[in-house]
Amino acid sequence: MSVTEAPATAPVAGARRQLMAGLLQRQGAAAVLVVVIIVSWLSFPRFGSADNLRDLALQSSFLAVIALGMTFVIITGGIDLSVGSVYALGGVLAAYGSQWGFLVALALPLAVCGLIGLINGILVARTGLAPFIVTLASLLFARGLLLAITSEGATTYKIKDGSAFLELGRGEIFGVGVPVYLAIVLFGLGGLLLRRTRFGQSLFATGGAEQSALLMGLPVARTKITVYTMSGLLAGFAGALTAAYLQSGVTVIGVGTELDAISVVVIGGTLLTGGAGTVIGTVIGVALRNVIQNIINQIGTLDSNYQSVVSGAFLLIVVVIQRWLARPRTHR
Amino acid sequence: MEQSVLGAVGVSKEFLGVKALDAVSFSLRPGECHALVGENGAGKSTLIKVLTGVYQPDGGEIRHRGEPVRFARPNAAQQAGISTIYQEVNLVPLMSVASNVFLDREPRTRFGLLDWQKMNTGAAELLVGYGITGDVRRPLGTLSVGAQQMVALARAVSTDAHVVIMDEPTSSLEPREVETLFSVIDRLREQDIAIVYVSHRMDELYRVCDRVTVLRDGKHVHTGDLADLPRIELVSMMLGREIGDIRAHGVTGFGEDHHADREPLLRAENLTSPHALSDVSVSIRPGEVVGLAGLLGSGRSETAMAILGALPLSGGRVLVGGKQLPSGNVGAAMRAGISLLAEDRKADGIVPTLSVRENIVLAALPRLSRFGLVSRAKQDKVVDIFMKRLHIKASSPEQKVGELSGGNQQKVLLARWLCTEPRILLLDEPTRGIDVGAKAEVQALIDELAKEGLAVLLISSDMEELIDGADRLVVLRDGVVAGELVGDQVSEANVLAAIAAEGGEDD
Amino acid sequence: MTDTAVARSWTKAQVAGWLQAYGVYLAVVLLLVFNLAFTDNFLSAANFRTQLVQAAPVCIVALGMALVIGTEGVDLSVGAVMALSAALIPLYLGYGPVAAVLVALVAGLAAGLFNGFLVSYIGIQPIVATLALLVGGRGLALVIAHGQLIGVRDQSFLTLGTGDLLGIPISVLVAAVLSVLTGLLVRRTTFGRRIVAVGGNRSASALAGLPVRKVLVGVYALCGVFAGIAGVLATARLGASDPADIGLLMELSAITAVVVGGTPLTGGRVRILGTVMGAVLMQLVRATLIKHDLPDSTAQLVQAAIIVVAVYVARERSTR
Repeated sequence: MSVTEAPATAPVAGARRQLMAGLLQRQGAAAVLVVVIIVSWLSFPRFGSADNLRDLALQSSFLAVIALGMTFVIITGGIDLSVGSVYALGGVLAAYGSQWGFLVALALPLAVCGLIGLINGILVARTGLAPFIVTLASLLFARGLLLAITSEGATTYKIKDGSAFLELGRGEIFGVGVPVYLAIVLFGLGGLLLRRTRFGQSLFATGGAEQSALLMGLPVARTKITVYTMSGLLAGFAGALTAAYLQSGVTVIGVGTELDAISVVVIGGTLLTGGAGTVIGTVIGVALRNVIQNIINQIGTLDSNYQSVVSGAFLLIVVVIQRWLARPRTHR
Repeated sequence: MEQSVLGAVGVSKEFLGVKALDAVSFSLRPGECHALVGENGAGKSTLIKVLTGVYQPDGGEIRHRGEPVRFARPNAAQQAGISTIYQEVNLVPLMSVASNVFLDREPRTRFGLLDWQKMNTGAAELLVGYGITGDVRRPLGTLSVGAQQMVALARAVSTDAHVVIMDEPTSSLEPREVETLFSVIDRLREQDIAIVYVSHRMDELYRVCDRVTVLRDGKHVHTGDLADLPRIELVSMMLGREIGDIRAHGVTGFGEDHHADREPLLRAENLTSPHALSDVSVSIRPGEVVGLAGLLGSGRSETAMAILGALPLSGGRVLVGGKQLPSGNVGAAMRAGISLLAEDRKADGIVPTLSVRENIVLAALPRLSRFGLVSRAKQDKVVDIFMKRLHIKASSPEQKVGELSGGNQQKVLLARWLCTEPRILLLDEPTRGIDVGAKAEVQALIDELAKEGLAVLLISSDMEELIDGADRLVVLRDGVVAGELVGDQVSEANVLAAIAAEGGEDD
Repeated sequence: MTDTAVARSWTKAQVAGWLQAYGVYLAVVLLLVFNLAFTDNFLSAANFRTQLVQAAPVCIVALGMALVIGTEGVDLSVGAVMALSAALIPLYLGYGPVAAVLVALVAGLAAGLFNGFLVSYIGIQPIVATLALLVGGRGLALVIAHGQLIGVRDQSFLTLGTGDLLGIPISVLVAAVLSVLTGLLVRRTTFGRRIVAVGGNRSASALAGLPVRKVLVGVYALCGVFAGIAGVLATARLGASDPADIGLLMELSAITAVVVGGTPLTGGRVRILGTVMGAVLMQLVRATLIKHDLPDSTAQLVQAAIIVVAVYVARERSTR
């Protein structure tokens, strides 16, 4: 808005800051990740073991799938606080649906969670309500729905032994869990979507300058509805994978997962204000979070709750840096 | 019948009963650069918005290539080949330059994926013609605003536009960039692309435009070749002054300054701010009303903002009573007794959710409170005094200020500043958009305040108001002082002459 | 547009405005009447007491939230701040209950100052700024408490949660006193008037010489302190410091109470009585559903719907 008022010298300084911003945001998290991995490799003999790495990858894949959807939403300048509840709901629905076979176990959570995402998207795009409030409400809604179908959380649906659906979470190919492959495929597709399609470009335009995007004729409302729907679908899918992995629809998971997802996305360099971000950054963010979690567990004497303290601190640092770098361009 | 690519025939547009456009006709020929000029409220931007489908006309019709059309959305106009380059660039700063050029019409590979190589080379080739070299993969936001506008222009032209509307394109350009823009405009004309050029800079208009259309108060005033039109005539048409009167008057008598014996209370020296002000000096003595004259965009409001410390300066200083104010500190300026009645009443003035009473006492709260507790009695007294003195018409002091008429809102704001007991009052368009009665009251009040010893800076687009109200006039043109008129020199003729004078080199 | 259309849409806006401003009172009355007629054992002192005690912490947090929302901001960290203050209490109870309470309040103040600093001096959007503390705050609380629920046995501290004064539960009394004080703050102090001015038109406030940044820091600081108080009361009532669970989703309940109470998310207006009634209303809704044997799940679904409707009505109003 007030760019026109910036002094003439701003663009040059701005260019340098922009470069630094890009570097810090993408490479910053990557550099920290490399350092953390090297240090833990040297300090903890068990860290580098095949078992540990395999486990780390598997554990990361669930959060990664949720964070992928969150990446899209945040790039459009929105936020989805409902993913934690939707994730839990997806798991319960998958376990519940598994009694009718593989297809239902997969389709039921996707349909319901996709629908919740769609409603989020419509409310955000068509009524202009603030995303955080809409998705806070659907956080409650999804949790309520979950409680309603589990007799207030008392029922835990089990997936029968031998069900083909279990393979989705527990199966292994070349010793690596199926969810890991699925996450890789989804991220590949997500990256392609973001970088190599018009839809991807419209995400960046919507988040970067919504008014301009409208004036250039981009389908802003449709874009928003699509990303929230995708976020719901991916969270539901992650829930289904988790249910397959745990062999049951656990009702108490997913509390605070939305915060984990947001943290890893932002730590990975996606601007929380929208308009810039990468899926590879999100992968790095997820890896960083889970490696640190892994170390905390390895140390053993450390409280596992340090994880969220570290996440919060990271988030803060990243946001302050982003703000600091963007300052001369928005300052009056 | 003349050939026309885009035109309006008797177009009217009303907002809440106010006629923004009153049966305006306009016609654009292929390959011409057509200047669209007028002062604030003339209806330029409304006309542009009607032409590009942002607004629908209430009456009359829009013609595209001779056929009546209706652009339901801005999109439709763009698809028909009519592109608008706004002052604030409507692109996406965080995306790459190349992405911005090709957004929504990206080249794709056989597999339907974006072809980045083609986009980057295509954008680079295209932009060379607009004076932009360098990596097109940079985020657009890293370019200067002028360069961003060039990218917007390149995008517009490459979407097969045959009409390009430019809204104040040079307001944030460096001189070198202005030259590039002019050569681009020349090239566009050769390609038979028509250009609507909105600007207030006389030099530019005469340099680059073929014809001109003048609007005033929503009405069409004049259309004709620019080369045949003397500057002073153009200016007088924009301001709505009779050219005959002006010639008759001429410069008469010597300037006489009634306040020459007093020391200036406010001295602003050599105020300089990039793209806005260059070496502007103004001084005001107690009891004096100094008027700032000039066309829209000449730096009048910027001068007032700079004096208050709300505009970043690259040079110059402000002194009150001989003491220099710290630069860029609104609080310090206020403590020194400076108050600014801002131009934009809605954005920078009223707090619509608060009552009349609260809006009045807002700036004076500390003085009306003890230990942080608001003294209702003191407030009521002050509010009562000013509501009576300024004849503020509200059902009660508790009425929400957003519900008042424009004139009464303005009086509320005046009251807000007066109850801080300022020594220097900067008034930016104090009577714009308010009814005749309120206007006369405000003008009388300004006189009265000056008599009480306040130093007043009066900014107004209303020539009569300036000439009647001010003891001395400083005329601004493109951010520089174009002349200073004292005593008998204060006349319309002299103001117009100063505004219309050939500018030197644009610095 | 014809005249009748204009008139009709104006009426619609009026209705929406009226609903936003007074809907909460109407809803509370309707719910009370409904319960008096159809709910057994509703009209008893004991029941009213229970309802008020349960509404008190939300009400207190919502007061702070209302101030923040009045400046066009939001504080997502209130639940985490409650957990922080709760986690600190057992550590300092050894120095006496007063010291423990003071430490808890100082923790809230520090958290609020931190949020306010990020928002006003660094210039980070409120949602984003308070998100960091939402993510990290509860973790920090759990680290402090070693992830455990710690029982509190100090009798005088527990009195805060269970005791009475003049026959009124102390927590309700605290909520009432704070409501009155906040109401006075908003209406009668320069600080209060500046809050609404900054929220109503920040640019105009800055040009009018108001200390915008200091006002913002003050508002978030107050919100933090209020969350700290709520943390103390909730801990005293539970008889244990439970940083894992205390204040969970409190940000949502508080925002709901504020919005339902008629304070628009767009700032510039603060309704304290409305906020209190908003907290009471949400409690009544929950109680009514429970008393009619509708499960917790339904209560959550209903709450979600109420939030969306309340925000939607507020939006209708603010866009004019």
